Amino acid sequence: MTWDTVASILIGGALTGLVYSLMALGLSVIFGVIRVVNFAHGEMMTLAMFAGVFLFTGGGLDPILSLPIVAGTLFILGYALQRRLVEPFIARPEHEQFILLLAVAILLVNGLLLAFGPDARSVTVDYAFDSFELGPIFIDKVKAYAAGVGVLVAAGLLMFFRYTRTGKAIRACSDNLMGAQVVGLNIRRLYALTFGLGVACVGAAGCLLSLLVDVTPMLGPELTLLAFVIVIIGGLGSMMGALLGGIVVGLSEALAGLLIVPSMKSMFSFGLLILILAFRPQGLFGKRT
Amino acid sequence: MSRKSRLSVSRPITRRSFSAGAAALAALAAGGSPLRRALAAKPVKLGCLAPLSGFFAREGQACKRGFDLAPAILADMGMPIEIMMGDTESNPDRARTAAEKLVNEGAEVLIGTFVSGETTAVAQVAEQRGVPHVINIAAAPKITEQGYKFVFRNFTTGPMLVINGFGLMKDLFKATGSTPKTAVFMHVNDTFGKAMGGGVKALFPKMNMPFEISTTIPYDPKAKDLSVEVAKAKATGADILMPVSHGADAIKLIREMVKQRWEPMGIMTPGSPGTYEAQFYKTLGKYSEFVIANVPWIDPKTDMSKTLLAAFAKEFPKESPELNVGFSFEACLIAADAYKRAGSGDPKALADALRATNITEHVMIGGPIQFNEKGQNVNIKSAALQNLDRKPTVVLPEASAEAKPVFPMPGWTDSRRA
Amino acid sequence: MRGVGAVLRGAPRAATGLAVLGAALLVAPLLVDDYLLSVILITLYFAFVGQAWNLMMGYAGQLSLGHALYVGLGGYAAAAFFVHFGLTPWAGMVIGILVAAAFAAGIGLLAFRFGIGGVYFALLTIAVAEFTRILFEHFEWVGATGGFFLPVENREINDLLMLRGSPAMFYYVILAMTVGLFLANVALIRSRMGYYWMAIREDQDAAQALGINTFRYKMMAVVLSASLTALGGVFLAFYNNNLFPIDAFGIHRSIEIILAPIIGGLGTLFGPILGAFILTPLGEVLTWALDQLGVQMAGVKHLFYGLVLLVIIRSLPGGVWPWFARRLGIEGPEARP
Repeated sequence: MTWDTVASILIGGALTGLVYSLMALGLSVIFGVIRVVNFAHGEMMTLAMFAGVFLFTGGGLDPILSLPIVAGTLFILGYALQRRLVEPFIARPEHEQFILLLAVAILLVNGLLLAFGPDARSVTVDYAFDSFELGPIFIDKVKAYAAGVGVLVAAGLLMFFRYTRTGKAIRACSDNLMGAQVVGLNIRRLYALTFGLGVACVGAAGCLLSLLVDVTPMLGPELTLLAFVIVIIGGLGSMMGALLGGIVVGLSEALAGLLIVPSMKSMFSFGLLILILAFRPQGLFGKRT
Repeated sequence: MSRKSRLSVSRPITRRSFSAGAAALAALAAGGSPLRRALAAKPVKLGCLAPLSGFFAREGQACKRGFDLAPAILADMGMPIEIMMGDTESNPDRARTAAEKLVNEGAEVLIGTFVSGETTAVAQVAEQRGVPHVINIAAAPKITEQGYKFVFRNFTTGPMLVINGFGLMKDLFKATGSTPKTAVFMHVNDTFGKAMGGGVKALFPKMNMPFEISTTIPYDPKAKDLSVEVAKAKATGADILMPVSHGADAIKLIREMVKQRWEPMGIMTPGSPGTYEAQFYKTLGKYSEFVIANVPWIDPKTDMSKTLLAAFAKEFPKESPELNVGFSFEACLIAADAYKRAGSGDPKALADALRATNITEHVMIGGPIQFNEKGQNVNIKSAALQNLDRKPTVVLPEASAEAKPVFPMPGWTDSRRA
Repeated sequence: MRGVGAVLRGAPRAATGLAVLGAALLVAPLLVDDYLLSVILITLYFAFVGQAWNLMMGYAGQLSLGHALYVGLGGYAAAAFFVHFGLTPWAGMVIGILVAAAFAAGIGLLAFRFGIGGVYFALLTIAVAEFTRILFEHFEWVGATGGFFLPVENREINDLLMLRGSPAMFYYVILAMTVGLFLANVALIRSRMGYYWMAIREDQDAAQALGINTFRYKMMAVVLSASLTALGGVFLAFYNNNLFPIDAFGIHRSIEIILAPIIGGLGTLFGPILGAFILTPLGEVLTWALDQLGVQMAGVKHLFYGLVLLVIIRSLPGGVWPWFARRLGIEGPEARP
């Protein structure tokens, strides 16, 4: 194995990881504030991926351009979902939240199956097969673009939480719910906004992922699992953690594929997850609560 | 979801196809009393199981297309059937209860299911209820080794696919005068890929192949991209790539090869789906060209296949006919033929008739359909299919060939790909 | 909590119902056809593993989303020793239980020593199950992804020792297991350990302050639940005669296990059983109903299934049994989780 192969593999792993990060960010934002684990995360992602494919084949829109549309639509969906379905479950035990979101997931998977059929669908943009060449190193163009846009979206979200009034209010809810209620913040609205933002994040990530991964209605559960792995490794509820966790997972899977048998690479991720849970449950980059 | 097909009511022969005539002749030749013929005119009830929803929905729905076409074509041949459809939901527990339900509702033969785990669940129902089970698709070699008496498999096991595939590769090298020295073997690590991987490992040393396998790379069926796997394969510098894919992963594989500019002499699977499906052509466009799959295939030259393909084109203009369709159709043919010879739906008589199956004219490439003492059809052959003009084209064996093979494969940017 | 007997003495209608149900299940193989028998059989299986899961979650409050791990370990262990060494599953079962118990102890040790609780514990159980699935996908001794097959023997002979035989035999085995576990649960929740578990579930810190060794009792819940689930796995492996890592350890299988006890009523004696008798037949009824309506599209059934889950979990917090118990006129602890 030559150094340039290794370099190509590692760069590819890191870029894929960045797209994963954005997807995990959605899960982390929702959990960090509302303390609800979105078990329908992967299925929502699949919905977004189908939206990306649909807008591309139907309207000729590059998923990077249709990203705001899809993210916006999913924001509304997420907002409505929180208000209509999830809200009464916030105070209920985790296993009941789990069944609720599982039901949502079942509806999404089978709705998509009915609407689009079981075939894998993909977006083939004109640069779908291109690579940047840096000497002997090949960098996948689609991955590079998707990762770049992913970082921009994530940065936008971080800025929103840091600098806007609403963003600060949401953080206040997360840090000290009672305090937030005392100062008169509209918790219900802020929760719905948060859920909407989390799902919008999933929407943006789904759009980007539709460039990289062929989508089928049955893809959801794997994406949910992947997102879990990333947020736990990075730190559940920590935004920076989700971002870095994505890169760690992308890199570790690439390395595992390179050094061990590729078919065992996700075992490596789950092993890492178990170790992290045991020795650093707040995640690599999370704060101990 | 049992589907009572209305097509099964025997109807006037509208299509004067050769096969219908042949079947009528065969019926006459078989003789038999008028009573037997009258019995045979009653449609046989086939309980067809496929994973129409869940993880294997794509393949299950392809199988269903084969089942859907069978009643009209077989009725024309004087073998009326009634299809009762059951969804296994990609879940072995469901496969079992769905099979029990179909038998309860009067299914005289069970057919299914595509997934090996579900297939064994159905096989057990068949054994317990004494209802014959014709397996349309399932490659795990062990199924016909478990000791079933009522199970018949008209599909190749992994090792059989490998023997056929390697044989065709040798023919290809001879026909084109180019022989590779090294190969890299990449297989998906699921039940099917494992059966194939085991077959390659056991048989390669005995097949006296002109090339060496330099590396074997198993990959995760759920891998989201195959960049690492392809980079590893490329680094071996092998002359050809032998992939065993499951479906959509074949697209990921080729896309990654293009991106990493890896241009081996050829890409040829020893026997797996993925490279001849509509989605493959649609997604990869010119990069789908010249890939070779050595798989059992619908013989383009038999009359029954022509009837099947014409019916398929009419009924499913957006889909492409492939082996899931062909084998599902053939399973119905086998059951209908046995029912006709048995003269009744008596399970013992049906099973005996199935054991004595000898169908010379059918749709898949290979010898007559016959089952050995384990219930395995060992006469199925593979064809070398090459993607030419965005279509799976039979290039070998010569008797069934529609075009000449192209090997070595032109590079990714070659003008012949236009 | 009072025993079932005490509860039922206060509710003669429920007692009668239970007696009728028991009698019906006992003679079911004589009355129903093979299809219905296979449905009841798989329902009983889910009632069994649901009860096993309920011990850990319902009584000791530890949410496991990876229980398929124990089903798989139990099944693979017993099947492997049966196929490779001809060992009877009744002995293989012990090996399966030991392996499952060891895994559970490992998870418990990690979780409770390092203070992993709630969602984190649930994700840990998923991670271990998935890790083990991929491990078994590469474990050649038991066929890896190619699957592991048990020889299918003559169905005329019911060999209880080797667990080879007709569906009716398997039916009575799982019926005995389910009833046995139910009775064991009755005894268990009235025992000292049962009280401690519920004390931990209600308020762990308070339980600790009262001098209960919470670590020890939580470990016992996890190990006991895993061992019983492994027993269910042995049954399933010998009933199905084949094992594939994805069907044994997959997360969809873990989810199947926990649906019945949650929908039925977590932390109740009857909940897991009632839940299984609602959900498994629901699937069959939906299939039948859509059939009658002539709906053929794959996926519609699951849409309805999802909707039913949604409606139940929204409108009946705590599950169906507590609500049903109140309607039956059963008051007291058994009527609520």
